[in-house]
Amino acid sequence: MAQIIVVTSGKGGVGKTTSSAAIATGLALEGHKTVVIDFDIGLRNLDLIMGCERRVVYDFVNVINGEANLNQALIKDKRSNNLFILPASQTRDKDALTKEGVGKVLEDLSKDFEYIICDSPAGIEQGAMMSLYYADIAIITTNPEVSSVRDSDRILGMLQSKSRRAEQNLEPIQEYLLLTRYSPKRVTTGEMLSVEDVEEILAIELVGVIPESQAVLKASNSGTPVILDNESDAGKAYSDTVERLLGNNVPLRFLEEEKKGLLKRIFGS
Amino acid sequence: MALIDYFRSKKSPSSASLAKERLQIIVAHQRSERDTPDYFPKMKQEIIEVINRYITISEDQVSVNVDQNDENLSVLELNVTLPEDK
Repeated sequence: MAQIIVVTSGKGGVGKTTSSAAIATGLALEGHKTVVIDFDIGLRNLDLIMGCERRVVYDFVNVINGEANLNQALIKDKRSNNLFILPASQTRDKDALTKEGVGKVLEDLSKDFEYIICDSPAGIEQGAMMSLYYADIAIITTNPEVSSVRDSDRILGMLQSKSRRAEQNLEPIQEYLLLTRYSPKRVTTGEMLSVEDVEEILAIELVGVIPESQAVLKASNSGTPVILDNESDAGKAYSDTVERLLGNNVPLRFLEEEKKGLLKRIFGS
Repeated sequence: MALIDYFRSKKSPSSASLAKERLQIIVAHQRSERDTPDYFPKMKQEIIEVINRYITISEDQVSVNVDQNDENLSVLELNVTLPEDK
Protein backbone atom coordinates (compact mmCIF):
# COMPACT_ATOMS: atom_id res chain seq x y z
CA MET A 1 0.00 0.00 0.00
CA ALA A 2 1.28 3.43 -0.93
CA GLN A 3 1.56 6.26 1.56
CA ILE A 4 -0.51 9.22 0.40
CA ILE A 5 1.09 12.53 1.35
CA VAL A 6 -0.73 15.82 0.76
CA VAL A 7 1.30 19.02 0.58
CA THR A 8 -1.12 21.73 1.61
CA SER A 9 -1.29 25.19 3.21
CA GLY A 10 -4.54 27.04 2.62
CA LYS A 11 -2.70 30.17 1.58
CA GLY A 12 -1.25 30.52 -1.89
CA GLY A 13 2.34 31.27 -2.75
CA VAL A 14 3.90 29.73 0.33
CA GLY A 15 5.80 27.02 -1.54
CA LYS A 16 3.46 24.02 -1.92
CA THR A 17 4.48 23.16 -5.47
CA THR A 18 8.18 23.83 -4.81
CA SER A 19 7.94 21.56 -1.77
CA SER A 20 5.93 18.86 -3.56
CA ALA A 21 8.47 18.74 -6.38
CA ALA A 22 11.43 18.69 -3.99
CA ILE A 23 10.01 16.06 -1.64
CA ALA A 24 8.84 13.78 -4.45
CA THR A 25 12.25 14.01 -6.11
CA GLY A 26 13.97 13.41 -2.79
CA LEU A 27 11.93 10.27 -2.08
CA ALA A 28 12.65 8.96 -5.58
CA LEU A 29 16.39 9.63 -5.15
CA GLU A 30 16.24 7.52 -1.99
CA GLY A 31 14.99 4.65 -4.11
CA HIS A 32 11.27 4.89 -3.43
CA LYS A 33 8.89 4.69 -6.37
CA THR A 34 7.03 7.98 -6.19
CA VAL A 35 4.34 9.79 -8.14
CA VAL A 36 3.50 13.45 -7.69
CA ILE A 37 0.03 14.67 -8.67
CA ASP A 38 -0.98 18.25 -9.47
CA PHE A 39 -4.46 18.92 -8.02
CA ASP A 40 -4.55 22.53 -9.21
CA ILE A 41 -7.03 22.03 -12.05
CA GLY A 42 -7.04 25.00 -14.41
CA LEU A 43 -3.83 26.45 -13.01
CA ARG A 44 -1.28 23.71 -13.37
CA ASN A 45 2.31 24.54 -12.49
CA LEU A 46 3.89 21.41 -11.12
CA ASP A 47 4.87 20.44 -14.68
CA LEU A 48 6.86 23.67 -15.00
CA ILE A 49 8.61 23.23 -11.66
CA MET A 50 9.46 19.63 -12.61
CA GLY A 51 10.59 20.73 -16.08
CA CYS A 52 8.26 18.44 -18.03
CA GLU A 53 5.74 20.98 -19.36
CA ARG A 54 6.36 20.07 -22.99
CA ARG A 55 5.72 16.42 -22.40
CA VAL A 56 2.15 16.77 -21.11
CA VAL A 57 -0.29 14.92 -23.37
CA TYR A 58 -3.00 13.58 -21.10
CA ASP A 59 -3.81 14.75 -17.59
CA PHE A 60 -5.44 13.82 -14.27
CA VAL A 61 -8.96 14.76 -15.43
CA ASN A 62 -8.59 12.72 -18.63
CA VAL A 63 -7.81 9.70 -16.47
CA ILE A 64 -10.75 10.34 -14.13
CA ASN A 65 -13.09 10.67 -17.10
CA GLY A 66 -11.73 7.54 -18.75
CA GLU A 67 -10.42 9.46 -21.78
CA ALA A 68 -6.91 8.13 -21.17
CA ASN A 69 -5.39 5.46 -18.97
CA LEU A 70 -2.86 6.10 -16.24
CA ASN A 71 0.11 4.90 -18.27
CA GLN A 72 -0.71 7.39 -21.00
CA ALA A 73 -0.99 10.29 -18.57
CA LEU A 74 1.96 9.60 -16.27
CA ILE A 75 5.14 11.42 -17.27
CA LYS A 76 8.37 9.71 -16.32
CA ASP A 77 10.91 12.07 -14.83
CA LYS A 78 14.08 12.43 -16.90
CA ARG A 79 16.36 12.42 -13.86
CA SER A 80 15.02 9.47 -11.89
CA ASN A 81 13.54 6.13 -12.90
CA ASN A 82 11.52 6.09 -9.69
CA LEU A 83 9.65 9.33 -10.28
CA PHE A 84 6.47 10.05 -12.22
CA ILE A 85 4.33 13.16 -12.62
CA LEU A 86 0.56 13.26 -13.13
CA PRO A 87 -0.21 16.75 -14.45
CA ALA A 88 -3.39 18.72 -13.82
CA SER A 89 -5.76 19.65 -16.59
CA GLN A 90 -5.35 23.20 -17.79
CA THR A 91 -8.81 23.58 -19.31
CA ARG A 92 -11.35 21.83 -17.10
CA ASP A 93 -12.83 23.35 -13.99
CA LYS A 94 -12.13 22.17 -10.48
CA ASP A 95 -15.39 20.28 -10.08
CA ALA A 96 -14.00 17.70 -12.49
CA LEU A 97 -12.36 16.16 -9.42
CA THR A 98 -14.92 13.87 -7.80
CA LYS A 99 -14.39 11.87 -4.65
CA GLU A 100 -15.00 8.62 -6.52
CA GLY A 101 -12.82 9.58 -9.47
CA VAL A 102 -9.88 10.68 -7.36
CA GLY A 103 -10.28 7.64 -5.11
CA LYS A 104 -10.13 5.28 -8.08
CA VAL A 105 -6.96 6.91 -9.51
CA LEU A 106 -5.23 6.85 -6.10
CA GLU A 107 -6.21 3.22 -5.62
CA ASP A 108 -4.73 2.28 -8.99
CA LEU A 109 -1.54 4.23 -8.28
CA SER A 110 -1.25 2.57 -4.86
CA LYS A 111 -0.60 -0.76 -6.57
CA ASP A 112 2.53 0.51 -8.29
CA PHE A 113 3.93 3.24 -6.08
CA GLU A 114 5.33 3.56 -2.57
CA TYR A 115 4.58 7.25 -2.21
CA ILE A 116 1.86 9.39 -3.75
CA ILE A 117 2.46 13.11 -3.28
CA CYS A 118 -0.63 15.29 -3.74
CA ASP A 119 0.20 18.91 -4.56
CA SER A 120 -2.82 20.84 -3.27
CA PRO A 121 -4.09 24.07 -4.81
CA ALA A 122 -4.50 27.09 -2.55
CA GLY A 123 -7.84 27.73 -0.89
CA ILE A 124 -10.37 25.33 0.60
CA GLU A 125 -12.44 24.57 -2.48
CA GLN A 126 -13.03 21.29 -4.27
CA GLY A 127 -9.47 20.79 -5.59
CA ALA A 128 -7.90 21.40 -2.19
CA MET A 129 -10.46 19.23 -0.39
CA MET A 130 -9.95 16.37 -2.85
CA SER A 131 -6.17 16.55 -2.49
CA LEU A 132 -6.37 16.08 1.28
CA TYR A 133 -9.34 13.70 1.46
CA TYR A 134 -7.44 10.42 1.03
CA ALA A 135 -4.21 11.50 2.75
CA ASP A 136 -2.31 9.44 5.30
CA ILE A 137 0.21 12.19 5.95
CA ALA A 138 -0.17 15.96 5.58
CA ILE A 139 2.68 18.40 5.16
CA ILE A 140 1.42 21.82 6.16
CA THR A 141 3.58 24.28 4.27
CA THR A 142 3.69 27.51 6.25
CA ASN A 143 5.52 30.83 6.01
CA PRO A 144 6.43 32.55 9.27
CA GLU A 145 3.81 35.20 8.69
CA VAL A 146 0.34 35.84 10.18
CA SER A 147 -1.96 35.04 7.26
CA SER A 148 -0.12 31.87 6.36
CA VAL A 149 -0.16 30.58 9.96
CA ARG A 150 -3.86 31.29 10.35
CA ASP A 151 -4.68 29.55 7.06
CA SER A 152 -2.56 26.57 8.07
CA ASP A 153 -4.63 26.26 11.21
CA ARG A 154 -7.81 26.31 9.11
CA ILE A 155 -6.43 23.48 6.99
CA LEU A 156 -5.62 21.51 10.16
CA GLY A 157 -9.31 21.82 11.02
CA MET A 158 -10.24 20.44 7.59
CA LEU A 159 -7.83 17.51 7.93
CA GLN A 160 -9.42 16.66 11.28
CA SER A 161 -13.01 16.83 10.08
CA LYS A 162 -13.34 16.56 6.30
CA SER A 163 -10.84 13.83 5.40
CA ARG A 164 -11.57 10.16 4.78
CA ARG A 165 -9.74 9.22 7.95
CA ALA A 166 -11.88 11.64 9.97
CA GLU A 167 -15.15 10.58 8.35
CA GLN A 168 -14.48 6.89 8.82
CA ASN A 169 -13.11 7.31 12.36
CA LEU A 170 -9.74 5.87 11.38
CA GLU A 171 -6.41 6.81 12.87
CA PRO A 172 -6.04 10.55 12.15
CA ILE A 173 -3.83 11.96 9.40
CA GLN A 174 -0.25 12.51 10.56
CA GLU A 175 0.27 16.27 10.44
CA TYR A 176 3.70 17.80 9.89
CA LEU A 177 4.76 21.41 9.81
CA LEU A 178 7.09 22.50 7.03
CA LEU A 179 8.24 26.05 7.60
CA THR A 180 9.35 27.71 4.37
CA ARG A 181 10.92 31.04 3.41
CA TYR A 182 12.52 31.25 6.82
CA SER A 183 14.92 34.11 7.40
CA PRO A 184 17.09 33.61 10.52
CA LYS A 185 18.37 37.15 10.24
CA ARG A 186 14.89 38.65 10.50
CA VAL A 187 14.04 36.32 13.38
CA THR A 188 17.09 37.62 15.25
CA THR A 189 15.97 41.21 14.78
CA GLY A 190 12.44 40.35 15.96
CA GLU A 191 10.79 40.99 12.60
CA MET A 192 9.79 37.41 11.90
CA LEU A 193 8.08 34.64 13.85
CA SER A 194 10.60 32.02 14.94
CA VAL A 195 10.37 28.27 14.39
CA GLU A 196 9.45 27.89 18.06
CA ASP A 197 6.70 30.53 17.76
CA VAL A 198 5.00 28.77 14.84
CA GLU A 199 5.42 25.36 16.46
CA GLU A 200 3.83 26.66 19.63
CA ILE A 201 0.89 28.26 17.82
CA LEU A 202 0.05 25.35 15.52
CA ALA A 203 1.16 22.60 17.94
CA ILE A 204 2.12 20.02 15.31
CA GLU A 205 5.36 18.17 14.72
CA LEU A 206 8.03 20.00 12.73
CA VAL A 207 9.40 18.12 9.73
CA GLY A 208 11.61 20.78 8.21
CA VAL A 209 12.64 24.41 7.96
CA ILE A 210 13.53 25.73 4.51
CA PRO A 211 15.45 29.00 4.53
CA GLU A 212 14.52 31.84 2.21
CA SER A 213 16.86 31.16 -0.66
CA GLN A 214 17.88 32.46 -4.06
CA ALA A 215 18.20 28.85 -5.14
CA VAL A 216 14.41 28.39 -5.25
CA LEU A 217 13.84 30.92 -8.04
CA LYS A 218 16.89 29.65 -9.89
CA ALA A 219 15.53 26.12 -9.69
CA SER A 220 12.07 27.07 -10.93
CA ASN A 221 13.59 29.11 -13.77
CA SER A 222 15.30 26.01 -15.06
CA GLY A 223 12.58 23.48 -14.20
CA THR A 224 14.82 21.54 -11.82
CA PRO A 225 13.45 20.71 -8.35
CA VAL A 226 15.54 22.69 -5.87
CA ILE A 227 16.49 19.55 -3.92
CA LEU A 228 18.78 18.65 -6.84
CA ASP A 229 20.80 21.80 -6.18
CA ASN A 230 22.68 20.08 -3.38
CA GLU A 231 25.05 22.99 -2.96
CA SER A 232 22.22 25.28 -1.91
CA ASP A 233 20.85 25.77 1.60
CA ALA A 234 17.25 25.17 0.44
CA GLY A 235 18.29 21.99 -1.40
CA LYS A 236 20.03 20.65 1.69
CA ALA A 237 17.10 21.61 3.91
CA TYR A 238 14.70 19.68 1.65
CA SER A 239 17.01 16.65 1.70
CA ASP A 240 16.92 16.76 5.50
CA THR A 241 13.13 17.03 5.38
CA VAL A 242 12.89 13.91 3.22
CA GLU A 243 15.16 12.05 5.66
CA ARG A 244 12.85 12.99 8.54
CA LEU A 245 9.78 11.86 6.57
CA LEU A 246 11.53 8.51 6.16
CA GLY A 247 11.89 8.33 9.93
CA ASN A 248 15.55 9.31 10.23
CA ASN A 249 16.54 11.71 12.96
CA VAL A 250 18.38 14.58 11.30
CA PRO A 251 19.24 17.79 13.19
CA LEU A 252 17.77 21.06 11.89
CA ARG A 253 20.11 23.30 9.92
CA PHE A 254 20.07 26.90 8.71
CA LEU A 255 18.26 28.24 11.79
CA GLU A 256 21.08 30.57 12.71
CA GLU A 257 22.14 33.63 10.86
CA GLU A 258 25.26 32.96 8.84
CA LYS A 259 28.11 34.62 10.65
CA LYS A 260 30.00 36.95 8.42
CA GLY A 261 33.75 36.87 8.76
CA LEU A 262 35.67 40.05 9.40
CA LEU A 263 36.79 40.36 5.79
CA LYS A 264 33.24 39.84 4.54
CA ARG A 265 32.02 42.48 6.95
CA ILE A 266 34.54 44.96 5.63
CA PHE A 267 34.45 44.18 1.94
CA GLY A 268 30.88 42.92 1.68
CA SER A 269 29.89 39.54 0.36
CA MET B 1 21.91 58.73 14.90
CA ALA B 2 22.00 55.13 13.81
CA LEU B 3 23.56 54.27 17.13
CA ILE B 4 20.69 55.94 19.02
CA ASP B 5 18.15 54.08 16.90
CA TYR B 6 19.93 50.86 17.66
CA PHE B 7 19.43 51.26 21.38
CA ARG B 8 15.97 52.69 21.07
CA SER B 9 14.67 49.85 18.92
CA LYS B 10 15.41 47.32 21.65
CA LYS B 11 12.84 48.84 23.97
CA SER B 12 9.58 48.48 22.05
CA PRO B 13 8.22 44.94 21.68
CA SER B 14 9.22 43.37 18.37
CA SER B 15 6.69 43.04 15.58
CA ALA B 16 7.19 39.26 15.68
CA SER B 17 5.98 39.05 19.27
CA LEU B 18 2.97 41.13 18.29
CA ALA B 19 2.28 38.69 15.45
CA LYS B 20 2.58 35.76 17.82
CA GLU B 21 0.17 37.29 20.32
CA ARG B 22 -2.43 38.04 17.63
CA LEU B 23 -2.12 34.57 16.16
CA GLN B 24 -2.51 32.85 19.49
CA ILE B 25 -5.81 34.63 20.02
CA ILE B 26 -7.16 33.99 16.53
CA VAL B 27 -6.06 30.35 16.48
CA ALA B 28 -7.60 29.69 19.91
CA HIS B 29 -10.83 31.22 18.60
CA GLN B 30 -10.73 29.13 15.40
CA ARG B 31 -10.09 25.98 17.38
CA SER B 32 -12.92 26.60 19.81
CA GLU B 33 -15.32 26.92 16.87
CA ARG B 34 -13.88 23.79 15.30
CA ASP B 35 -14.97 21.59 18.19
CA THR B 36 -18.55 22.81 18.20
CA PRO B 37 -21.31 20.66 16.71
CA ASP B 38 -22.57 21.33 13.17
CA TYR B 39 -25.91 22.71 14.33
CA PHE B 40 -24.16 25.38 16.35
CA PRO B 41 -24.14 28.32 13.92
CA LYS B 42 -27.87 27.84 13.22
CA MET B 43 -28.71 27.54 16.90
CA LYS B 44 -26.75 30.70 17.63
CA GLN B 45 -28.63 32.49 14.87
CA GLU B 46 -31.99 31.41 16.26
CA ILE B 47 -31.09 32.45 19.81
CA ILE B 48 -30.22 35.89 18.47
CA GLU B 49 -33.56 36.08 16.64
CA VAL B 50 -35.45 35.28 19.84
CA ILE B 51 -33.59 37.92 21.82
CA ASN B 52 -34.17 40.37 19.00
CA ARG B 53 -37.95 40.07 19.46
CA TYR B 54 -37.54 41.87 22.77
CA ILE B 55 -34.30 43.83 22.58
CA THR B 56 -32.51 45.08 19.52
CA ILE B 57 -29.03 43.64 19.51
CA SER B 58 -26.51 42.85 16.84
CA GLU B 59 -24.69 39.60 16.35
CA ASP B 60 -21.43 40.78 17.81
CA GLN B 61 -23.13 41.51 21.13
CA VAL B 62 -23.85 37.83 21.61
CA SER B 63 -21.26 35.19 22.24
CA VAL B 64 -22.18 31.54 22.46
CA ASN B 65 -19.61 28.98 23.53
CA VAL B 66 -19.48 25.37 24.50
CA ASP B 67 -16.98 24.51 27.21
CA GLN B 68 -16.01 20.92 27.68
CA ASN B 69 -15.14 21.04 31.37
CA ASP B 70 -14.64 17.35 31.84
CA GLU B 71 -15.59 14.27 29.93
CA ASN B 72 -19.24 14.09 30.97
CA LEU B 73 -20.00 17.76 31.30
CA SER B 74 -20.34 20.34 28.54
CA VAL B 75 -21.44 23.84 29.43
CA LEU B 76 -23.30 26.03 26.98
CA GLU B 77 -22.34 29.57 27.76
CA LEU B 78 -24.46 32.40 26.42
CA ASN B 79 -23.23 35.92 26.86
CA VAL B 80 -25.38 38.86 25.77
CA THR B 81 -24.23 42.44 26.06
CA LEU B 82 -27.36 44.55 26.41
CA PRO B 83 -27.37 47.97 24.79
CA GLU B 84 -27.19 50.96 27.12
CA ASP B 85 -30.52 52.50 28.15
CA LYS B 86 -31.32 55.65 26.34
